[in-house]
Amino acid sequence: MDLRDLYQETILDHTKRPRNFRRIENATHHADGHNRLCGDRLTVYLRVEDGRVVDASFQGAGCAISTASASLMTEAIKGKTLDEVHALFGRFHDVVAGPDGAAAAAPDLGKLAVFAGVREFPVRVKCATLSWHTVEAALKKQDTPVSTE
Amino acid sequence: MTRRAAEVEPSAADLAAACRDDFPILESVVRGHPLVYLDNAATTQKPLAVIEAVETYYRSQNANIHRGVYALSQEATRLYEDARGKVARFLNAREAREIVFTRGATEAVNLVAQSFARPMLKSGDEILLTAMEHHSNIVPWQLAAEQTGARVRAVPMNDAGELLMDEFERMLSPRTRLVAAVHVSNSLGTVNPVREMVRAAKARGIPTLIDAAQSVQHFRVDVRELDCDFLVFSGHKLFGPTGIGALYARASLLEKMPPYQGGGDMISSVTFEKSEWNEVPWKFEAGTPNIAGAIGLGVAIDYVGRIGLDRIAAWERELMDYAMAKLAAIDGLRIVGTARERSGVISFVLEGIHPHDIGTILDADGIAIRTGHHCCQPVMDRFGIPATARCSMAFYNTKSEIDALADGIARVIRMFA
Repeated sequence: MDLRDLYQETILDHTKRPRNFRRIENATHHADGHNRLCGDRLTVYLRVEDGRVVDASFQGAGCAISTASASLMTEAIKGKTLDEVHALFGRFHDVVAGPDGAAAAAPDLGKLAVFAGVREFPVRVKCATLSWHTVEAALKKQDTPVSTE
Repeated sequence: MTRRAAEVEPSAADLAAACRDDFPILESVVRGHPLVYLDNAATTQKPLAVIEAVETYYRSQNANIHRGVYALSQEATRLYEDARGKVARFLNAREAREIVFTRGATEAVNLVAQSFARPMLKSGDEILLTAMEHHSNIVPWQLAAEQTGARVRAVPMNDAGELLMDEFERMLSPRTRLVAAVHVSNSLGTVNPVREMVRAAKARGIPTLIDAAQSVQHFRVDVRELDCDFLVFSGHKLFGPTGIGALYARASLLEKMPPYQGGGDMISSVTFEKSEWNEVPWKFEAGTPNIAGAIGLGVAIDYVGRIGLDRIAAWERELMDYAMAKLAAIDGLRIVGTARERSGVISFVLEGIHPHDIGTILDADGIAIRTGHHCCQPVMDRFGIPATARCSMAFYNTKSEIDALADGIARVIRMFA
């Protein structure tokens, strides 16, 4: 187990300088996410037009893994259809928490592949998936905050 | 006249070195590094004497208690009740029947909330807590308050994490029915002036409960000196097994309180019309208790007694001063909770680095600390932080382990630089 597998340069970069760290004033969807274990709290904002994410952003405070994951997620889902977002989350989830071998079998993750190291740190899986669960909640228009506990 | 070596009292500094061999787990290697266990406020490690006592019980003494006429049951009963006597002497209670065995401090608070507080609480009554309570000394009172229309209030603290005693005095009102206060804060390390608090409450006829879960393992706690009505602690934080703890309560109060749970062993007679309760303290111990746990707790108390809590306190004070100085010298590290009177715990945050990342990175070096809200969300809210990293010490910790922690923190900071 190497710490650098978890804290890769890309992750550290996105933690220190999170992208799309802002509120979308005319968001069509938003939801709050909360990881009770860490105390991570974030809000995800989406603007969806014609079934496609045209803008995605987040705000909040959390650990390096959850912040970097939210930052990279907003970049990854922008321009994608909702079906593509769901499918991408499925592949991402397989990489960080799926059965052994799932990581290798999930191509097309792009930068999100840097989270493959998270699977070696099971207690941190919830940090990596918090923003994704929050997006799912926003798209379902859930009123209650989502929790990864 | 020359003194033989054995007569020389070991200095406080030798304590950890002299005792570490008693704890098998401290020899562990974790992730390729010797274990540095600094999460003692969550649970303490167990000396071999405790581990062996639990094993011996199951190997050769196991029987149910208080009912068998046969030798084995009588022996198990004797061991269990002897353990109660040890807890009573440990806390300097007047008699063994003032000790009720529970699953831990949490169950003991719930017992008092439901059997003592709930029957007397009325709408508008108040239960006074402190702002630094563990959830286990908040939620049971909220449940009792919801059931009765009473309300829970919390005495505020200052930025150092010290209770505002003038506020405490002011908040003691004719509506206050009970004061429940933590002795040592598990998230800040603050030692509260519980003797003064009990005195102030008593002067107004208000009963008191002290949560001693983080104090009994660090220094001498004497219920007669404190003069509190209730005191709770957990065995597993006192080098004993999990699943066993104790409630101390004045016998006169226990006599008046209704049972907490119904079942076997807590009755003297049962018909379908009516049951008669057993005597104190068995009235509060429904069902087969954690016999092995109680015996193990008794052995843990014996172990602590052989070392001596005064020696433990002296060494831990030295270790605490060393750790505070060492951590305070790290650039970008802020200690959360800087009360003058402190014990066991140092909470800290690092500028721009989340506590969970600190915990994960230290873990790679075999260093175990706790990160999170420590079951004290109101404390985190008070200081405007989501979580802290917490180093919590026991007498078997060494200065070189504190050095390892400081080196580890330096690595964390470098990684995020």
